[in-house]
Amino acid sequence: MQRIQHDGTDPSHELDESSPFAPQTPQEVDAMLSAIGADSVEELFDVPEAVAFDGDFDIEAKSEYEVVSEIEELLGQNADRTEFLGRGHYDHYVPSVVDYLSLRSEFLTSYTQYQPETSQGFLQALFEFQSMIVELTGLDVANCSMYDAATALGEAALLAARVRETDGSRVLVPETIRSERRSVLENYADGAELTVETYPLTDGNTDTDALAEVIDEDVVMVYAESPTARGAIEERLSAVATLADDHEAAFCLGSDPVALALLKEPAAVGADIVIGDASVLGLSASHGMGLGLFAVKDGYLRQVPGRLVGTSETAEGRRAYTLTLQTREQHIRKERATSNICTNQAWVALRTAIHIATLGASGLAALAEDCVATASEAAARLDAVEGVTAPVDDRHHFREFVARTERPAAEVASELADRGFLVHEVGEFEIQICVTETNSNEVDGLVAAAQEVLE
Amino acid sequence: MNYQQATWTRETDSGEPVNEPLLSEKRTQTVTYDDVDLPEELVRDELTLPEPAEPEVASHYTRLSQMNYSVEHGPYPLGSCTMKYNPKFIEDVAALEDGAIHPDRPDEYAQGTLGILHGLQEYLAEIGGMETATLQPPAGAAGEFTGLLVARAYHRSNDEDDERREVIVPASAHGTNFASAAMAGYDVVELPSDEDGRVPVDALEEAVGDSTAALMLTNPNTLGLFERDIADIADIVHDAGGLLYYDGANLNALLGRARPGDMGFDIMHYNVHKTFASPHGGGGPGAGPIGVVDELTEFLPDPHVRETEDGSFQFYEPAESIGKVHGFYGNWLVLLKTYAYISRLGDGGLKDTSAMAVLNANYLASQIDLDIPYGPFHHEFVASAGDVDAAEFAKGMLDEGVHPPTTKWPEIVDEALMTEPTEALSKDQIDVLAAAFTATNQKTSDELADAPTKTAAARIDQTSAARNPRLSWQDVEGTDE
Repeated sequence: MQRIQHDGTDPSHELDESSPFAPQTPQEVDAMLSAIGADSVEELFDVPEAVAFDGDFDIEAKSEYEVVSEIEELLGQNADRTEFLGRGHYDHYVPSVVDYLSLRSEFLTSYTQYQPETSQGFLQALFEFQSMIVELTGLDVANCSMYDAATALGEAALLAARVRETDGSRVLVPETIRSERRSVLENYADGAELTVETYPLTDGNTDTDALAEVIDEDVVMVYAESPTARGAIEERLSAVATLADDHEAAFCLGSDPVALALLKEPAAVGADIVIGDASVLGLSASHGMGLGLFAVKDGYLRQVPGRLVGTSETAEGRRAYTLTLQTREQHIRKERATSNICTNQAWVALRTAIHIATLGASGLAALAEDCVATASEAAARLDAVEGVTAPVDDRHHFREFVARTERPAAEVASELADRGFLVHEVGEFEIQICVTETNSNEVDGLVAAAQEVLE
Repeated sequence: MNYQQATWTRETDSGEPVNEPLLSEKRTQTVTYDDVDLPEELVRDELTLPEPAEPEVASHYTRLSQMNYSVEHGPYPLGSCTMKYNPKFIEDVAALEDGAIHPDRPDEYAQGTLGILHGLQEYLAEIGGMETATLQPPAGAAGEFTGLLVARAYHRSNDEDDERREVIVPASAHGTNFASAAMAGYDVVELPSDEDGRVPVDALEEAVGDSTAALMLTNPNTLGLFERDIADIADIVHDAGGLLYYDGANLNALLGRARPGDMGFDIMHYNVHKTFASPHGGGGPGAGPIGVVDELTEFLPDPHVRETEDGSFQFYEPAESIGKVHGFYGNWLVLLKTYAYISRLGDGGLKDTSAMAVLNANYLASQIDLDIPYGPFHHEFVASAGDVDAAEFAKGMLDEGVHPPTTKWPEIVDEALMTEPTEALSKDQIDVLAAAFTATNQKTSDELADAPTKTAAARIDQTSAARNPRLSWQDVEGTDE
């Protein structure tokens, strides 16, 4: 290890190794101890012997080069495969400008803007992010982030229960929801004594007759997705909204910023809350790390979880930005806060905003239109393969679709993986395929592999 | 120190001076959808967003960045936030292309990622004295919530959930503790501090009982004090049938000196963006893994990572898992940075981290002329601004080119300035910070009322922001009309 050499005989600093990120020299340590009036650093620790740790961690220090090399080698064990994977986590191309700007240390190494006067830059960036989400959803208020789509959905259910004037205990979700997302929702719901139940879909869209049968006055929130986890664009959102409204339940829609750039605004179809993963712009594939999008209509403003940036004025009357409505939050309201969230995903929101700004309205709309076209084209090409029917759901699709295979899906997915392509196995005879601009030039290969596997 | 934050000011069309205009005040574009292959009723009528060219994007965000104070500008001693230097190489590690994979890959094609997750589970368990750790919670508060779900699952497995409805939280605890307990469905019992600033053992004995699910404790506490009676506290809680939860916000004080597992804690969270240097990113992302003792491993979130006999790694669902607390596997990029940081430091570097963090806090305290009522403190201390409002004091410090401490909390100290320099400040930087305290302390109340004058924005009226919320540029435009 490079670094400051600590003399083993120096009683003031007896460590064999020191942190490369702690700048104190032995001479400075001595001077500091002397100013404090202590003889050694050890003396500053007020830890009873009975609970002190006098062992060594089984963790060996390494040079920067060694660490980087080791991690490169480890990650190299992720097999080289082309992913046609989606279902809530998508890989869109992130322009270089997003990295270079977001990695500026002024952004990256700051924290929550408790002192707004010296944090105007990040506050404005988050304010602009909120504004972009407001435009995309048509709703009145967007917060500056939740952790991911699943936790945002959990928070939505808690909000829906709080705003209801009468008691209620049921939350309805589509049967096609990712089981992981549902599991997170159930954990959030549990503490508020809410139960989560599903309603059926028919041919890829909500079965509104069936929903009408299961909904009642005990329902606090109805959740729908468009696109659905199976990639279908939901065509019955207005009917779902009406059913929810008739029973005084909130209507929560799950979507994402790319889909929202093309599909009817949630506000126009009657959504009260929109949740989703906003990091589909801003982050490429990142093993499920996300950015929880959370937008609501005006009437829910004071029940919103998480941080909100608003404008105010400086003493000299100039526009300025600040965190606002903080009395909703845990550091002030404690157990009566709207949520426990403190650290959020602000930096990802910054990246998403830069990505949206870089695309502009036309670039974003074009990207969204491509998501419809590429899914449709890929489905048609797979449908032409003998032993495959695609798409299974007779609907319009966005980015992804489900295909029926004559052979068991597990075998098909495994044999496609052997040939270099990863697809989802979603049913006994169903696979799911997601196409974006980052893998669309590999569709030829996927189709050829599917022919080998299925024909 | 002479300091002036960068600012660009110009007039908008309405003649009002603004710092960097909003993107919406520059070029925007409205698009319509004429030839999309979708039924008209499914498509929005139009979309209006800013339409800057890339050079304009670069200029906009570069200017915004320069109107934002950060760790790399200088001291940022927010107490309990551990604003330490974030090494550059961890960003390069996070950018490695082989790490950019989809979460639904089958295990056999994700062995590299699983290997790192498994390695980090083991690092954290070792550092905390725990059996293992789940990496799924995406922030410290999410870790608290997850830990309480684990506690609840444990009590349910003993058929005691119906009676164990209370979580005990010291008054000086982080606000998230109270909120997390409430979200997990618990009633919060608040425990006042004793006159020394620690948990009063007598009062705790009174408070625990058959209804106790858990005690949440930060150690060292928010005053920087080690809870010396921790062994007794653990016995009291355990004898009552409750579990002991460790809030890891202040773990930077104790790396290699004392481990929560050895102190008797059953569940703990780690704030990796604090202790293990992943950048705070303007508010996040962080990660809040939780460690548990052997008896609780079966309740951990689904999935956990294990090593198989042939040396490969796999996800599996613990037998009595609480299910999931994140849609996938948590904040992967943050976890990867954490793994890299711990690997770099090793045993010696980790121990040195807490040594230098505690040395820095004590040295800083010796150099400032404010009352610090509680000690001996470790990595942070709480000074009192005395007759001055702590929030005003903080505004005065902004003009000295440093970030002020956390203010007005914990409430046990009047006009609290909760100060945590971290190990990453050099002696020289601490001297700069101490000088900022001293200079501020000499300012008159009028001078403080006018502060700050050297930041991009002068004093901001936060009350009117809340009274008349304008939360998007759509609201701003509406107000102007």
